[in-house]
Amino acid sequence: MATGGASRRGIGPALPLLAPAYLWLTVAIFLPLSAMAFFSFMTELPMSGKDWSFTLENYAAFFSGALYPTLLWASLRLGLEVTFWCLLIGFPAAYVLAKVLKGRVREAIFLLVILPFWSNGLVRIFSWAMVLREGGILDTALNAVLPFKVNIDLMYSYPAVIIGLVHSYVPYVVLTCYLTLQAIDDSLIEAARSLGASRLQTLRRLILPLAMPGLIAGGVLIFVPVVGSFMEPRILGGRTGTFYGTVIEDQFVAVFNWPLGAALSFILLAVVLVILAVAAPVLRRAQ
Amino acid sequence: MADVRVEKVTRSFGAHKALDEVSIVFPDGGFYALLGPSGSGKTTLLRMIAGFDYPDSGSIVIDGDSVERVPVDKRRIGMVFQNYALFPNMSVADNVAFGLSVRGEAKATIAVEVQRALDLVQLGKLGERRPHQLSGGQRQRVALARAIVTRPRVLLLDEPLSALDKALRVDMQVELKRIQREIGITTIFVTHDQEEALTMSDRIGILRDGRLVQEGSPEEIYDSPASEFAATFLGDANILPGTAEGNGLRLADGTLVAARSTVLPAQGRAASCAVRPERIAILPAAVAMLDGKENSLAGCVAKRIFAGSVSTYFVDCAGQTVKVLVQNAGQPRLGEGDDVVLRWSPESTVLFAS
Repeated sequence: MATGGASRRGIGPALPLLAPAYLWLTVAIFLPLSAMAFFSFMTELPMSGKDWSFTLENYAAFFSGALYPTLLWASLRLGLEVTFWCLLIGFPAAYVLAKVLKGRVREAIFLLVILPFWSNGLVRIFSWAMVLREGGILDTALNAVLPFKVNIDLMYSYPAVIIGLVHSYVPYVVLTCYLTLQAIDDSLIEAARSLGASRLQTLRRLILPLAMPGLIAGGVLIFVPVVGSFMEPRILGGRTGTFYGTVIEDQFVAVFNWPLGAALSFILLAVVLVILAVAAPVLRRAQ
Repeated sequence: MADVRVEKVTRSFGAHKALDEVSIVFPDGGFYALLGPSGSGKTTLLRMIAGFDYPDSGSIVIDGDSVERVPVDKRRIGMVFQNYALFPNMSVADNVAFGLSVRGEAKATIAVEVQRALDLVQLGKLGERRPHQLSGGQRQRVALARAIVTRPRVLLLDEPLSALDKALRVDMQVELKRIQREIGITTIFVTHDQEEALTMSDRIGILRDGRLVQEGSPEEIYDSPASEFAATFLGDANILPGTAEGNGLRLADGTLVAARSTVLPAQGRAASCAVRPERIAILPAAVAMLDGKENSLAGCVAKRIFAGSVSTYFVDCAGQTVKVLVQNAGQPRLGEGDDVVLRWSPESTVLFAS
């Protein structure tokens, strides 16, 4: 009935509601992105005053050596790993929030989950640096408790990058999974249990399939930005923190080779889109 | 199949006692209705028998095994939920197969059992459907098939018919009863619908404020309610207050009402009696003849509600309104304002201390 009504009246009445969002998206995202797409085919920036011409060289640069594909692959792996840890850590928390806790306690715990969103990203990452470095909080605390001497220096390592990224992105999984889990009627879980299913069987055969949309949404929300991330790898990874995202950042901030940076960005965008397109049928079946 | 014994089960939620030393024996193969208003503890008791909650004290015995500390998945019970709780991510057949499949039964066995269960609830052809493609009555049947396919020791029904509309509900009552008889499973049924309890069960337990107030066959409870609460909660009843005198009750206006000789309240104490509306005969005052053996009260028709096969009269007499239910069998109808005499047998009068 609703669709019948919409088609009869056309999209006209909905325009005032849609226009602000789409106008904003056009101005804030589509136009700059188009400019970037334009730059990616140039030899020099038009603002630099130098002569410029159209070229495909920036895209060719990606394929000219092993450097960029290797970095892209490392970033994709980083994205998968961070997504995996976020799902592993976030889902149980979302389950407890949605199904175990009630009332004030739930609100309080929920607040703790979204608290990281309220603090500055840079501050969050630098506070991790204080925790992870040698003689830092983690090192000192462990040595105070343990009877033998350990040397914890995670700073400027791959695990540090993972820890920082997981920390930044885990709330997405908690939020998306919380929403889908909350929509699962408690009596479904009780019905499964009454039919003889153990807690684990109930989780595997009922809760996980029903929560799949939340897991997928959370996974995609994390994977995409992590593949292009540069702040965490740069600050927490140091020399080991060179990823595809940091290289793109370098082109814009350090080398001022915007055309190459733009081209690399669009290759990343294309690769991510291809991955999502290939994964879509699998993900849809999982739902 | 098995009997279920609940002994002195108590469960408190904070200061509120949801169940207070409730003891009930649910006979093997019987259909037992737990009836009570909301908050009476009937659902709490059912959930304890299922194993979703554990009693603070007391024991629950299924087929001779103490199960009060056994988790739900180990109790071998079948349960039908108020909202059916069908798994939306599975087909009808997979819903029914779930219980067998988590037990690790062979695929071939599962297919046979699932088909048999679906045939039993007359949904043999709908196995491939999804729950959202079914009507309310069909979902109900799937929920029932899913609950019984594992051959549980006891079938627990939590207001399973309350979500259906009236016509369908009556059909399902008959259907549910047929299936229960066919497989002979001990069934415990929670309802707040007294008609459902009367028509379906062979035993009824009435709960109020966490206590069992009366138990018996539907006829016993209907004919001999033990309290004013039981009389008014199960079926309709006129409650006449007065003081206990002899074998009956002296009403405020001085009329003596004779009651069935049961346990009598102390003489002279405040008491009341209950009379079912259909047990009272209503006669025009002019033709009424006094008969010493029957109770009678003179009154005046305040209101008449015609409902096809029956009429309900509200008669003002002895300082209160008495409800009378009359079959419309061709007798002259009485109008509002007519003087009438109400007459009923002492056998139909149940006395309680109040």
